[in-house]
Amino acid sequence: MTSPLTPGIAAGRLPAEEIARNFADLHPAYDDHEAQVAADRCYFCHDAPCITACPTDIDIPLFIRQIQTGMPEAAARTILEQNILGGMCARVCPTETLCEEACVRELAEGKPVEIGRLQRHATDSLMARQGHPFTRAPETGKRVAVVGAGPAGLACAHRLAMKGHAVDLYDARDKPGGLNEYGIAAYKTPQDFAAREVEWLMGIGGITWKGGQSLGRELALETLRAEYDAVFLGVGLGGVNDLGVEGAERDGVTDAVGFIADLRQADDLSALPVGRNVVVIGGGMTAVDVAVQSRLLGAENVTIAYRRGRDRMGASRFEQDLATSKGVRIIDNVMPVAVHGNGAAVEIELEYTAERDGRLEGTGERLRLPADQVFRAIGQSLVPVEGPEMDGRKIAVTGPGRTSLDGVWAGGDCTAGEDLTVVAVAEGRDAAEDIHARLTA
Amino acid sequence: MADLTTDFLGIKSPNPFWLASAPPTDKEYNVRRAFEAGWGGVVWKTLGAEGPPVVNVNGPRYGALYGADRRLLGLNNIELITDRPLEVNLEEIARVKADYPDRAMIVSIMVPCEEAAWKAILPRVAETGADGIELNFGCPHGMSERGMGSAVGQVPEYIEMVTRWCKTYYDRPVIVKLTPNITDIRKPAAAAKNGGADAVSLINTINSITAVDLDSFAPEPTIDGKGSHGGYCGPAVKPIALSMVSEIARDPQTHGLPISGIGGVTTWRDAAEFMALGCGTVQVCTAAMTYGFKVVEEMKRGLSGWMDEKGYRAVSDFVGRAVPNVTDWQYLNLNYVTKARIDQDACIKCGRCYAACEDTSHQAIDMSPERVFTVKDDECVACNLCVDVCPVEDCITMERLPEGAVDPRTGRTVSDEYANWTTHPNNPMAQAAE
Repeated sequence: MTSPLTPGIAAGRLPAEEIARNFADLHPAYDDHEAQVAADRCYFCHDAPCITACPTDIDIPLFIRQIQTGMPEAAARTILEQNILGGMCARVCPTETLCEEACVRELAEGKPVEIGRLQRHATDSLMARQGHPFTRAPETGKRVAVVGAGPAGLACAHRLAMKGHAVDLYDARDKPGGLNEYGIAAYKTPQDFAAREVEWLMGIGGITWKGGQSLGRELALETLRAEYDAVFLGVGLGGVNDLGVEGAERDGVTDAVGFIADLRQADDLSALPVGRNVVVIGGGMTAVDVAVQSRLLGAENVTIAYRRGRDRMGASRFEQDLATSKGVRIIDNVMPVAVHGNGAAVEIELEYTAERDGRLEGTGERLRLPADQVFRAIGQSLVPVEGPEMDGRKIAVTGPGRTSLDGVWAGGDCTAGEDLTVVAVAEGRDAAEDIHARLTA
Repeated sequence: MADLTTDFLGIKSPNPFWLASAPPTDKEYNVRRAFEAGWGGVVWKTLGAEGPPVVNVNGPRYGALYGADRRLLGLNNIELITDRPLEVNLEEIARVKADYPDRAMIVSIMVPCEEAAWKAILPRVAETGADGIELNFGCPHGMSERGMGSAVGQVPEYIEMVTRWCKTYYDRPVIVKLTPNITDIRKPAAAAKNGGADAVSLINTINSITAVDLDSFAPEPTIDGKGSHGGYCGPAVKPIALSMVSEIARDPQTHGLPISGIGGVTTWRDAAEFMALGCGTVQVCTAAMTYGFKVVEEMKRGLSGWMDEKGYRAVSDFVGRAVPNVTDWQYLNLNYVTKARIDQDACIKCGRCYAACEDTSHQAIDMSPERVFTVKDDECVACNLCVDVCPVEDCITMERLPEGAVDPRTGRTVSDEYANWTTHPNNPMAQAAE
């Protein structure tokens, strides 16, 4: 019988029921009355700051007022017209740094209107009671290839299909959804929500799913350009950055993204092995996601080691507090120096850091932590794409996702801008509008 | 603690909070609970003539209007007068009054508009030892269809006539309860006074339909697919009641006539406002029906706390003090010039003042790209809408321009002299200053 104290990397550290409880909804759904009360708090601001703060420009005061008047499905339409993945965004958006940070009640009382949960109430109501809320325009005869079925690709494909174009939706994975399906922490999207949302989105019609095909292997951009009227690239970031320290190849040193993908696809979480002493290197959302989930699986000690101060972490304050509330320790201003062990990792050696003239340097002072599992969460990178011009490590775009190649658009994490689901949705949607304008010009 | 003892028409009660004639005062059981909870008095639910009692509907009698978080703002009812035998009520009234001699016990009565009917019931009521009676000329539903309640209250001549009968056949105080479902409340009040009434109480409930069911297309409350207007009460009716009370308090014909104020009294503050407009007591129903009898405790503590703060030793110290300040529009000072001022530190930048002013008023608020809202004094007419829609208390205030300042909207120098419409040059009826 394994327990949190079992040495090494082991499955079933906690009873299955406890793991199930741990992975329940982070923000449980409102019931109808709770939603009414929460909606009543909205001031229906003029030119509301929350709308400005939303990358997809959802008319938040309007949809909240629709909830308040007892029309959650109509509220959902208001949301989905701007953001077809409004259901997922309600669950995963860092609202504390977007709409809810801008809410005037945050300024007034430090307690914003709970926009994310209200959005979820609306979108859940619609998805539970209705079919697809939009109807597809008559076929235009135009064909578009959308490469990458993550948030950007899905938003783009849906908008194009709605306009009457025929979309072939490609992805390297077996299932559509991208990071919604493989990347986001399980407790933010339980009950297989990502897959259900994609199926519901496909209800618009006109989208053909073509899984297991990745750009540069089964697919060539030049072929796609020749076969389709337009191509949208929403390929995300397929590469994982390396640790680059001594011992980084030892067993137990692994990338966080892969672990989360395995976790998301696992039928039985109690069969998923996790270390007793887990150290996560990084400071973004992925670092928090993997650290928290390791704890929820029963790891005894979980530490996030971040090389700069906590105020510089990519994870929001809310996420940091979530991690510490689950018993994760955050050590800031440390960088990895080496992973020690005899074959498998046993210990990680870290060095304290300080910033001098904007440069990060080791102070010479070191510490060692027991570590039988070390997660790399130090960022993902774009697997280079042949063809379009690059802007640093991302695909260069102008305006609504236009690449340097005629007839090729791009959006989501593979282009510049914040790597957020909601930003990807906005980029996919806007590229679709631009493609539509071009195809119907 | 300030003394809340009230003397109304010679009727003493330990505090001015009475329960109005309504469901909470229909039975000995309820009234005993009310007195145990600390209510100063009750007006027993309206008694009808001897004989088979009235019957009520057997479906919903109440409908509601809600505010945020299902807070009850308005309640309507289609319940009739007591549906229990007269004898039972009279026995209970006598028993309760004997056990609570320090509390006010008023009996509400509604019998047909015939002298014999009143002559018959009044001695029976007198025997109970009750402190006085209240004539229900207000009930707007059901009974009015039978020529009683508001059907009487809407005809000043009937009010005067019935009041006179009561003064003839009953020797204790007679309070006439008025219906608001009329055009000018001063007429029935004057009629009551002319008939010899010792006091008036108001308002009774207002004709109302609280909602329409959009599936069955029936008004609410709905009885088998149909609805009938009910009587509206609760916090929503307070402004109407305050205005009607003030009209009676300041009209030369009725000035000085004691008033028992009714209509949406929910907190001590509501009560104090009614009393400031001349009410010697207040009557409460909806607040008790919503929260139970314990609400009186807040009212008592709140009112005495406020009185202590203000240095009032007895309720008579402030009753009626707002009456001289209720006037006609034509006497309002047109030289009183104010401008809205926005406290930028308190502002939370919601922009409601801007939307309200820009869309629906005088385009007198400027909005900068950084969402800083400022008042344009040359456009501001001081309407107060921005103050009313601002969600932050005291963020927007109306500040008076000092004498000698120039109002940028009119270009006129502000005078500290009082001047009203009656002498304004634009008024064709203006009287030249002598």
